Amino acid sequence: MNQPTALQISNMEGPGALPRSNGELIFNEPWEARAFGMAVAMESQGTYQWEDFRSRLIKQISQDGQQDAEPEYYQQWFAALEDLAVSFGFVTEEELDRRTQEIASSEEH
Amino acid sequence: MTTGEHQEGSHTHEEAYTALRTRALESLLVEKGLLSTDAIDAMVQAYEQDIGPMNGIQVVVRAWMDPAYKTRLLENGTGAIAEMGYAGAEGSEIVVLENTPTVQNMVVCTLCSCYPWPVLGLPPSWYKSAAYRSRAVIEPRSVLRDFGMELPESVEIRVWDSSADVRYMVLPERPEGTEGLGEAELMELVSRDSMIGVAKANSPSAVA
Repeated sequence: MNQPTALQISNMEGPGALPRSNGELIFNEPWEARAFGMAVAMESQGTYQWEDFRSRLIKQISQDGQQDAEPEYYQQWFAALEDLAVSFGFVTEEELDRRTQEIASSEEH
Repeated sequence: MTTGEHQEGSHTHEEAYTALRTRALESLLVEKGLLSTDAIDAMVQAYEQDIGPMNGIQVVVRAWMDPAYKTRLLENGTGAIAEMGYAGAEGSEIVVLENTPTVQNMVVCTLCSCYPWPVLGLPPSWYKSAAYRSRAVIEPRSVLRDFGMELPESVEIRVWDSSADVRYMVLPERPEGTEGLGEAELMELVSRDSMIGVAKANSPSAVA
């Protein structure tokens, strides 16, 4: 059966499977939900194809030696998202470094 | 991901850094018009709340349309659900119970809130409530009445208590007058509550 992409994402299995507890998605920190939301929102808008992200996520996870899902999972998820965003030309590594720095210093007292 | 100032530090340090970098990416994508903050919120919410029951709905409709599948589903729920590409919940078994004109199955978890989430998504909050968990066993008929189901005394009510090892899903009766309907139309008739056994599948006239 041909599943809509949302179901494919929701039903990923193996090391790429979304961390859950009794069905509920687990986000240990707010940023994890944002990273998740960015990836699925861009896919649903057709900005990229799900496989472009999925393959990066799997690669990232296998590189990191398949540690347990939490809390590393969304670190890997974000690394895959960053790689996708840069290789598709949505942002550059430099822009991202600079913006991260700006946010960090705006929060220092 | 390599940047000069990011050292291999403690876990919290790395978390904090990724949190900042996530915000940076979001602000850039929003600035460039590739995403909106609302779209991200909406997707997170959709995945947290809505995606799940779709799987169960597909299982029910296939069982209604394909008698051989229905037989497999009732004999080996876990296996037949896996055929559709949905895995078990943390390795537990999924048993499917068929509702008929004379038997109404309903599902509860008296101990906590075990739920067949690979097919039904998130448990609704009432399913986790102490009131439902105790009353479902003691006075199921009155609980069903609260859900709007008035069953004749002749209908036997069977209450199934979920556990970590076995989760239950109800196969509701196919409503009358749906012989000519296609898959998409049938899917609109299956509610989450009908797969917990506290409602019937909707009749086509109620939906239209």
